[in-house]
Amino acid sequence: MDVVLQILYIIVPAALIAGTPLMLTAMGGLFSERSGVVNIGLEGLMIMGAFGGIIGTLMFEGFGFGAASPWFGILFGILLGAIFSLFHAVASISFRADQIVSGVALNFLALGLTVFIVREIFDRGQTDTISSRLFRTNIPLLSDIPVLGPMLFSRVYVTTYIALLIVVLVWYVVFKTPFGLRLRAVGEHPMAADTMGIKVQRMRYIGVLLSGAFAGAGGSVYAVTIAGNFASGTIVGQGFMALAALIFGKWTPFGAMGAAIFFGFAMALSTSAQQLPGLQNIPQVYFLILPYVLTILALAGFVGKAEPPKALNQPYTKGSR
Amino acid sequence: MINMLKGRAFNIVIPIIAILFGFLAGALIMLLSGNNPITGYGALISGIFGEPYDFGETLQRMTPLIFSGLAVAFAFRTGLLNIGVEGQLIVGWFTSVYVGLAIEAPMVIHLPLAIGAGAVAGALWGFVPGYLKARFQVHEVIVTIMMNYIAIHVTNSLIRMYLLDSGQRTGFINSSASLESPFLSELTQFSRLHWGFFIAAAACVIMWFILWKTRKGFELRSVGYNKNASLYSGMNVNANIVLSMVVSGAFAGAGGAMVGLGTYQYANILPSFTNIGFDGIAVALLGASTSVGIFLAAFLFGGLQQGANMMQAQAGVAPELVEIIIALIIFFVASSYIIRWAFARMQSRKEEK
Repeated sequence: MDVVLQILYIIVPAALIAGTPLMLTAMGGLFSERSGVVNIGLEGLMIMGAFGGIIGTLMFEGFGFGAASPWFGILFGILLGAIFSLFHAVASISFRADQIVSGVALNFLALGLTVFIVREIFDRGQTDTISSRLFRTNIPLLSDIPVLGPMLFSRVYVTTYIALLIVVLVWYVVFKTPFGLRLRAVGEHPMAADTMGIKVQRMRYIGVLLSGAFAGAGGSVYAVTIAGNFASGTIVGQGFMALAALIFGKWTPFGAMGAAIFFGFAMALSTSAQQLPGLQNIPQVYFLILPYVLTILALAGFVGKAEPPKALNQPYTKGSR
Repeated sequence: MINMLKGRAFNIVIPIIAILFGFLAGALIMLLSGNNPITGYGALISGIFGEPYDFGETLQRMTPLIFSGLAVAFAFRTGLLNIGVEGQLIVGWFTSVYVGLAIEAPMVIHLPLAIGAGAVAGALWGFVPGYLKARFQVHEVIVTIMMNYIAIHVTNSLIRMYLLDSGQRTGFINSSASLESPFLSELTQFSRLHWGFFIAAAACVIMWFILWKTRKGFELRSVGYNKNASLYSGMNVNANIVLSMVVSGAFAGAGGAMVGLGTYQYANILPSFTNIGFDGIAVALLGASTSVGIFLAAFLFGGLQQGANMMQAQAGVAPELVEIIIALIIFFVASSYIIRWAFARMQSRKEEK
């Protein structure tokens, strides 16, 4: 029993930490896709966020903000993500570009642009490492609870709990407010929504901008907690994994949250399974591909059918049937 | 007027405008970052045409790009977006190298076998999303993205477990499966140019022939234009969807074989994606999914990527500028609606006067 607990004390925090950026980014994807705009560009938006997180932190460290700098760095990452998502919004909403192609271009552009700027500023392929990182802490009181304390509330990042609160907030906004109803209406049946006086294009712009902000948050949180600096290899696939979490979670906030933590669990297992009794004989590759295989199975209906919003990937033209 | 905008001429005008805008934006970025755009682009061009070596490397780079562009375009003609070319290319690369390593046979058998094995592996990788689309109406984009990651993890782990030779790669393939060409290489100051370039050119003709000169090709295009009409006229839409993804995957896998048997002669553990497959989307889009267009677009992107080295060495411009230009070109081509709209507006103004 003690051995199992020891394992859980390592794996569960690791899963939560790996899942946090995915969770935040998946929330962004939720806003965009619920409004009817596919966002393959989450990866690129996360890259922008991670870049903004590091550059912002370095900048505010320079201003003498000290330990508060990573928080301002995260805000900067959110801002950059939101601004950068305008590319996708303008191309796919106003210019009626293919949303998937536009998203792919966004990923290319983000990587090219950030690494280009990094090379111009630092004269090499990566930024300096930030000195005031967010560190793992014990949550007061809660970490003293037996069993659950060491598992869930010890040596964690505060950002994980903020992310969990944000998920609840997103659920409330999307399912319990008029704004959320309008957002979903635009994604399910834009013409009906338009007839009811909802401004379809505007709602979709808001959806995409929010996706940029949340993916920016996901990227910057990853950067200031796990990575510590930014290079072309900082974000490799986390954005696509967040998209997978969104789909595996059937486009709902709590579903996506669960999927993100589960994918985090698989990632944590893939790196630490070698040290765990009973698991060291399973090749690492199974844990690595688990999230992707599960997503495909979910889409095919073997793990509960995942139904996308009805008007996803369809540009809306006023007056067309 | 409307005819002109919808006509063939416009299919050529849009890519050219997109390329111009892309380079203009690139020049702007160079100006903003304190570089001289004229020196920058000068170095870029001399990095493509300056020496026979550079030109040979450009052709070598464009070889797999042609295949990935053909793969994306082929699926696109049937109304499918194959984002999975990257993964299909990776499994094709791995499988062709495996056949090149494991089998001893005379070249006439071995080489076609290795290339064919790569194509079959890519086709299998394309079959999965095609089948899921036809059988369960699962959107192919998400499945192909997931298949990309499965491809890279599975091939990496197979290399690590069974084929690791030195460092991060497998051993060199037997020369009977190699596309290497001492003749082409010497012609271009010992660049890595190989016979695969001509196979790629032939593949362009093959795609054109399948799509435009065979009954099956007509069906595939018909499904792409209008699924319901095709179904109504008695075509098996689902079978065509699967077939399209399989052929597309085969092109991608053959592209991977070009990389494995031609450029490198081995397969290595990939730290990240090769991006050849993703660039294929740009190639197909810019080439308007036509064989000639893809050939030219692959030359442009292959040249840009090769010239980027010189741009860094001579003008001090970071090579990522090329990635930015490519991304912007995709944006502009994809946003062709606005270019058409602007043209239509200019035309109607003229007519008013």
